[in-house]
Amino acid sequence: MTSEKVIEVRNLVKKFGSFVANDNLSFDVYRGEIFGFLGANGAGKTTALRILSGLSRPSSGDVKVAGYDIYRHAERVKKHIGYMCQKFSLYEDLTVAENIMLYGGIYGLPKKLIETKTTKLLESLDFTAYRKRIIGGLPLGMRQKLAFSVAILHDPDIVFLDEPTGGVDPITRRQFWEMIYKASANGITVFVTTHYMDEAEYCDRVSIMSEGRIVALDSPAGLKSKYQSRSVQDVFVKIARPSNNN
Amino acid sequence: MKRFIGFVKKEFMHIFRDFRTLIILFGIPAAQILIFGFAVRTDIKNAGIAVLDRSKDEISSGLISRLESSDFFILKQNLHSGNQIDSSFKAGDIKAVLIFEDDFGKRLLNEGSAHIEILADGSEPNVANLVTSYTRAIINDYMIEFNKARGSGAMVIEPEVKMYYNPNLQSQYMFVPGVITIILVLICALMTSVAITREKEFGTMEVLLVSPLKPIQIILGKVTPYFILSLIDVIVILFLSWLVFNIPIKGSLVLLMLESMLYILLGLSLGIMISTMSKTMQQAMFISLLGLMLPTIILSGFIFPVEYMPGIYKWLSLVIPPRWFITIVKDIMIKGTGFTFVWKETLILVFMTLVFITISTLKFKKRLE
Repeated sequence: MTSEKVIEVRNLVKKFGSFVANDNLSFDVYRGEIFGFLGANGAGKTTALRILSGLSRPSSGDVKVAGYDIYRHAERVKKHIGYMCQKFSLYEDLTVAENIMLYGGIYGLPKKLIETKTTKLLESLDFTAYRKRIIGGLPLGMRQKLAFSVAILHDPDIVFLDEPTGGVDPITRRQFWEMIYKASANGITVFVTTHYMDEAEYCDRVSIMSEGRIVALDSPAGLKSKYQSRSVQDVFVKIARPSNNN
Repeated sequence: MKRFIGFVKKEFMHIFRDFRTLIILFGIPAAQILIFGFAVRTDIKNAGIAVLDRSKDEISSGLISRLESSDFFILKQNLHSGNQIDSSFKAGDIKAVLIFEDDFGKRLLNEGSAHIEILADGSEPNVANLVTSYTRAIINDYMIEFNKARGSGAMVIEPEVKMYYNPNLQSQYMFVPGVITIILVLICALMTSVAITREKEFGTMEVLLVSPLKPIQIILGKVTPYFILSLIDVIVILFLSWLVFNIPIKGSLVLLMLESMLYILLGLSLGIMISTMSKTMQQAMFISLLGLMLPTIILSGFIFPVEYMPGIYKWLSLVIPPRWFITIVKDIMIKGTGFTFVWKETLILVFMTLVFITISTLKFKKRLE
């Protein structure tokens, strides 16, 4: 983790009609860190993630991702980020290798490079035997790990993960986080939203959102000492309680 | 460009890996052409006819008995006045009425020519066509023999063909333009809207939107395979209808293909528009089927001629793209007309395509906001 900022957000506001989904957010994310975005459903974390990854435009505020202004250089931002959403993001009727080839091609990697990367990637996941298998027939955990590997295939500066471990068993979740650590060690910044409080403990820094605002932002240890709690879960329950009880 | 080609390749893989998609793409067009084609009878036997002989001379009765003795016709009625024609058609067991003019034989001998009116039941266009052409052939044979026997100059009977009901023989060969029109709507609009919403439903659309691919590349990548496959379908349909049913293309094949491309573009833009309106594949399918397939079949003029529609349906049919395309195909294929006759319809299709593309673009932009 360095002090180089890869995401800079200042006074970000996103409104849908009269509903304020993101209310004046300001924060920085540093290169190589694992930045957790916590919040109850509807707290606005997915909205913020969608704006940062270029899927949605802010109503106002300044946002820089990978050093580029998202208004003026949206196309350049796209080349430097990876994305994996809640829903499974590989094509179920294509084989493992075909999916990797497709996404590699979309990011403009040369064919040869994609092939060597595919071999390496499958070896590290121990999936070599599944190279020519149709994705649809593979178990969910395996698919999620593949999806993550594909999302960072082009060595992005930042990878955005929107609840990547939803519906995955604990063992696979553990393995998944090992992959996240490895990516982070390789200098990829990981921006991850989650509901799982135990996962929040794995992050370098955690921001907790409630009703569109960031109500806390610190390292898990810092949060716990500040709110005198034993776990991030306790912190979350203390501060992220929406007034309208959902 | 390389990114784009890779993306198009992936779309082809989706299509060729899904058996059901392949059936819709190639099985249905072939099946429709064959079903419609064979449902239209291609020969006649013992067709009932009536005769109104105003002359009652040797020549007319000779011709009548010749017709009667052929295997093709059975003389059901001898009419005595024009008033009986309507009721005998309505009774339904005759396909045509032959009307000999006054002094038929006398005119033929004195003036060298005489008239027969062949009045056929146009409500069954195919049968009407066969009946009139068989009748003409028999009249022709009869006159050749007649002239030979007399050994003098050629006398001619001039048959004048008229249709009772449906005077323009509306649906003759109409099934080919009709099938092309329906198939293209089915493939272009339905299949592309489903293919695009599938990406939305599975979440892969978001990944694509985050990627360096531009939205326009994503959309073009999705529809390019369908554009190519639809064109192949047009060729398959035209080839099958020529091979199996001998239906020729009277006008320019190039013009027909260009117009088909325009209509395919229209269908694709319609499919894209539907996909911007629907969240799930099922929605897309419902909108396409109810919003497109039914109006296409009912209001395009494929089955029910537009001319005979009650007021409101006639107005509705004006905004149905297939109605215009069916006219274009019919004009080029069957009437053999050139671009000067279909430019109006072409312009309407161009206009509709632009409207659909504009709506889709606006909707898409709004979604990003």
